[in-house]
Amino acid sequence: MATRTITFREAINEAMRLEMRRDPTVILFGEDVAGGATLSHMEGENKEAWGGVLGVSTGLAPEFGRNRVLDTPISESAFIGAAVGAASTGLRPIAELMFVDFLGVCFDQIFNQGAKLRYMFGGKAQVPMVVRSMIGAGFRAAAQHSGCLYSIFTHIPGLKTVVPSTPYDAKGLLSSAIRDNDPVMFFEHKLLYDTEGEVPEDNYTIPLGEADVKREGSDATIVTVGRMVHLSLEAAEKLADEGVNVEVVDLRTLSPMDADAILNSVKKTHRLVVVDEDNPRCSVATDVIALIADQAFDYLDAPCKMITAPHTPVPFSPGLEDTYIPSVEAIVSTVKSLKQ
Amino acid sequence: MSMTKEKILDVYATMKKIRMFEDKVAELFAGGKLPGFVHLYAGEEAIAVGMCSHLSDRDYITSTHRGHGHCIAKGVDINSMMAEVYGKATGACNGKGGSMHIADVDKGMLGANGIVGAGGPLACGSGLMAKTLGTDQVTVCFFGDGAAEQGTMHESMNLACCWNLPVVFVCENNGYAESTPWGYHCAAKNISDRGVAYDMPGVTVDGADFFAVYEAAEESIGRARRGEGPSLIECRGFRYYGHFEGDALLYMTDAEKARNRERDPIETFKKRVLERELLSESQIAEIDAQVAAIIEEAVKFAEESPWPDNKEVFTDVYVNYP
Repeated sequence: MATRTITFREAINEAMRLEMRRDPTVILFGEDVAGGATLSHMEGENKEAWGGVLGVSTGLAPEFGRNRVLDTPISESAFIGAAVGAASTGLRPIAELMFVDFLGVCFDQIFNQGAKLRYMFGGKAQVPMVVRSMIGAGFRAAAQHSGCLYSIFTHIPGLKTVVPSTPYDAKGLLSSAIRDNDPVMFFEHKLLYDTEGEVPEDNYTIPLGEADVKREGSDATIVTVGRMVHLSLEAAEKLADEGVNVEVVDLRTLSPMDADAILNSVKKTHRLVVVDEDNPRCSVATDVIALIADQAFDYLDAPCKMITAPHTPVPFSPGLEDTYIPSVEAIVSTVKSLKQ
Repeated sequence: MSMTKEKILDVYATMKKIRMFEDKVAELFAGGKLPGFVHLYAGEEAIAVGMCSHLSDRDYITSTHRGHGHCIAKGVDINSMMAEVYGKATGACNGKGGSMHIADVDKGMLGANGIVGAGGPLACGSGLMAKTLGTDQVTVCFFGDGAAEQGTMHESMNLACCWNLPVVFVCENNGYAESTPWGYHCAAKNISDRGVAYDMPGVTVDGADFFAVYEAAEESIGRARRGEGPSLIECRGFRYYGHFEGDALLYMTDAEKARNRERDPIETFKKRVLERELLSESQIAEIDAQVAAIIEEAVKFAEESPWPDNKEVFTDVYVNYP
């Protein structure tokens, strides 16, 4: 399969484009996903218009038309719930919830409707929908546009949660999410949109629930996800210079979570550090450490450590926000402390 | 309006089924036979039946916590409903949903719903499906006067109108959001006036008069089916039972209860069709006996059905999970 270098943003766009070409029941809606594109007042002007606030869905409205790429009013409850209703009656909607922090205005539709319908109806309904949402700090977007919050969705039975770290993973995981018959929360870190990577031109899928070892090593395991994969790999390079050989496990999906991949790595390295940009309480970090405490305690040569955001909202001022985000230095020093 | 005799028989039988089902559930609940709690629809039969008389199995409805009447009007199997209220394995949801979540997607019944106002967005979704795939399916969204004050309903009515979806919003204004009178919780004189805000037709009809609901339904469902967009119908009615069964209705005066009984939707319907000689006393008596037997059979079915296997706790969370 031919590959070329594209951005994380383009990879997501391509997954949606190819899935929409493949399956006429796949539709996309959300605030500004067409962004004025194809409307009559734009005649002769920039026909692609916004294509999402950060341009992720650019070009989809001109290709698929307004019947399949729909701007919504700023009514998250209505359109997230519409995704649930459309999914349970025959479509495969992709709903874009612009920033995950907006979940507060539509949470009922996600966790009481989308996540529970199948169970409440005794298995006689399915809800094949995807909610795409931006996450993450570092954009100077302050407390209400910068959270991760994927732990909240991972906590909810009936939802799957996906947090890709590379363009290749983003495209394959989003294709899987769209084809999946359960509701999937798909989280895109906004600082990753301009990152580049090799991506096949054709359609492909990466199974939900399979972690990826992004770097092999024998001295310690870093379990991480999303943008923190890149910081962890950077830390691993620095540690390698000092003779410490770190394995980096990218979870890729938080629900289902690849427990085997975590256990196998920790049984090999005997040390665990979890690097997670989300807040620490009741989080993916604590969940992974609980798994090891329960099932691999005897393999450990050192206490499990977690490097997370502090238990605070995301601050605005650049110095404060940089302090909030887990750092490469913190990862390096924490791993080194385990080796002493 | 033209209705065949068969249709009139069917309407009467369906309203009667709802009434007798609810009266039976109240009796069973009082006798300690049912787990949990139930919200009964008795008194509002003309609304569900008036609307659903214009729908087929391919059309959809979204419902409320007071959903038994909608289920029966939409053709959900009575035995499976009663078994679900009991929590039995043979229930519509295999005993995993209960009274507040009875659903039958194949019959176009997208579920009773425990969250007030949650059906509006879901109705936009099934409406969007029909529009996207170019079918003529219509969705009717039932919601109460309490739900009319939820943001979800305002958002949904606006969205449905922006997208020109084939959705009919039906407010069952039974006068109370739980115990709070609608004159207190609603700032508008008529809930139907809110149609103006979204540029859709809004009408208020007597929710105890089957024919009034039926006519309004015919117009708005026809409009939706022709792709002409959503409508809002406010049905003014009442419920005989409390918000939940066991609620002693302390917030309703005896005079109001008596007035409601005088407007009984089934008696009103019966009187009209007898006067016009569309049905006879003997036909009505025959239907009453048949319906009573159907309800007794449903109770027997539910009583004799097995409980779900405890392993069922763990199933149906996901379609596929590794």
